[in-house]
Amino acid sequence: MKNRVAIVGAGMTLFRRRMLESPKELSFEATRMALDSAGLELKDIQSVVSGSAPDAFDGVHMKGEYLLDGMGGIGKPNQRVYVGGGTGVFTPIGGWWNVASGMYDTCLCVAEEKMSPLHPHPQYAFWSIFDQILERPLGTTLLWIFSLEMRRYMHKYGIKEEEIASVAVKNKGNAVDHPCAQLGAKITVEDVMNSEPICWPVKRLDVSPPSDGAAAVVLASEKVAKKLTDQPVWLDGVGWTLDSTHWTNRDLAYPEYVEKAAWMAYKMAGIKKPRKEIDIAEVYDPFDYKELHHMEGLQLAGKGEAPQMAVDGVTQRDGDLPVCPSGGLLGVGNPIAAAGMMKICEVFWQLRGEAGKRQVKKDARTGLAQAWGDLMQVGTVAVMRS
Amino acid sequence: MKVSQKITSYPGHEITPEDIKEGKYLDAVYKFEPKYSWAAGVAISRFLAELKEGKIIARKCMNCKRILVPPRMYCEQCFRPTDEWIQIKDTGTVNTYSISHVGTDARRLKTPILVAVVDLDGATPGMGILHNLGEVEPSKIKVGMKVRAVWKSSSERQGAITDIRYFKPIGDE
Repeated sequence: MKNRVAIVGAGMTLFRRRMLESPKELSFEATRMALDSAGLELKDIQSVVSGSAPDAFDGVHMKGEYLLDGMGGIGKPNQRVYVGGGTGVFTPIGGWWNVASGMYDTCLCVAEEKMSPLHPHPQYAFWSIFDQILERPLGTTLLWIFSLEMRRYMHKYGIKEEEIASVAVKNKGNAVDHPCAQLGAKITVEDVMNSEPICWPVKRLDVSPPSDGAAAVVLASEKVAKKLTDQPVWLDGVGWTLDSTHWTNRDLAYPEYVEKAAWMAYKMAGIKKPRKEIDIAEVYDPFDYKELHHMEGLQLAGKGEAPQMAVDGVTQRDGDLPVCPSGGLLGVGNPIAAAGMMKICEVFWQLRGEAGKRQVKKDARTGLAQAWGDLMQVGTVAVMRS
Repeated sequence: MKVSQKITSYPGHEITPEDIKEGKYLDAVYKFEPKYSWAAGVAISRFLAELKEGKIIARKCMNCKRILVPPRMYCEQCFRPTDEWIQIKDTGTVNTYSISHVGTDARRLKTPILVAVVDLDGATPGMGILHNLGEVEPSKIKVGMKVRAVWKSSSERQGAITDIRYFKPIGDE
């Protein structure tokens, strides 16, 4: 590639169940914060990449075009990228194409989601991801893909619900220190176990909430980044892979598509032993078991071994491999595309040593952010270095 | 508490359920009621026609030897047309299952739906379909349990996945 790519600024709004701001206004707030943190104005930005998940949440078609002015995209080369829940990490990957290719020296990457407009519940939008002939007539809800996958994962490796619950306890606890968090709380494994079953084995506290919010980063080429800051965070590896929508034909216990995306990013970043070389990871955690499932796909844990790492405290902020020091989707909230971008922002702040109360104990130099989505079929991975 | 020590304020205003009750903010409501008519496609049209006859049919790729269900006219791995129709059994194994207390729109259900991925006998191992389970206590369901399709009567069948009411444990027959 022509340019090494750096992240030079980041911003985000509050994440809440329902926000007063319109989608454009939320986008503006996050984008403005990212520009301010980079010391840039819109005139300095050459291209814009936007990310937002299903149009069905807002009931607004052409959401990329609709959001454009709040994202600083008027009159600039603009693209919207979309891979469902994987969109938040795919958005800076789209920005990376813009800058690494040598096309542009600066690129704004903005992710926005308002889930609250849809009634009776935002989950209703996900009904239409299932096969319209063979699956929807069975009364599908999005939770099924998670509950079925979680049950298979538990069965394959003999994992207990309590072990999985420890992830929800950690992430909601971490989110107490995040000023934008929706669901930061000190809870116990018993609280998770006693919460109402929604789609057993998934219980209320195993799940991240629906949320509204936006997050943004500014990318710059090496030449520009070095003029702007002494602390660029390099986007040294990106990877993305999709599997088929024939999800019932797949090994549900192991996300092979995440592994493929991870190796694509690791290879690019020159990483050979991910478990040793990655210092912190913002792993996608819309459900507590997903953090574990994804750690295995990302080669940060052996197959079936991630639960023990969580129980042993390895993934705590003061552990050997802090995972979701932000509080993750379970704690900070899950405005789909914005949640993945929040993970990019968190790794940026962590690698610059700016995360304050959330700062991990170890000297973190290499970080990873990952998202996942669509019909259990996409992995998006970014490797970042200070 | 800060996202970054360099950032001191966080934009955005939350709307609480109380705000809505008190009418503190204005909104606009719209209901979108489109109607779709989907062509089932070459492979699934045949699959549905066979369901109406009380049979489950798959497609075989002679290159990778996989027997694919749901059937497709092309093999997505070999990227060539599949070769022949093969009738498979209406029995299988529970690959995974869940007890769903919520419906499509996330509202609470009075009676939970039992849902499973069933790996069908006669297809390549791991070729599952999504379906419901019935005639079984939720606490008795196990991964690895053998199950059989319970069909609607031939007069009730209309060429739909719901021509199979559900799968029930074979042990209970």
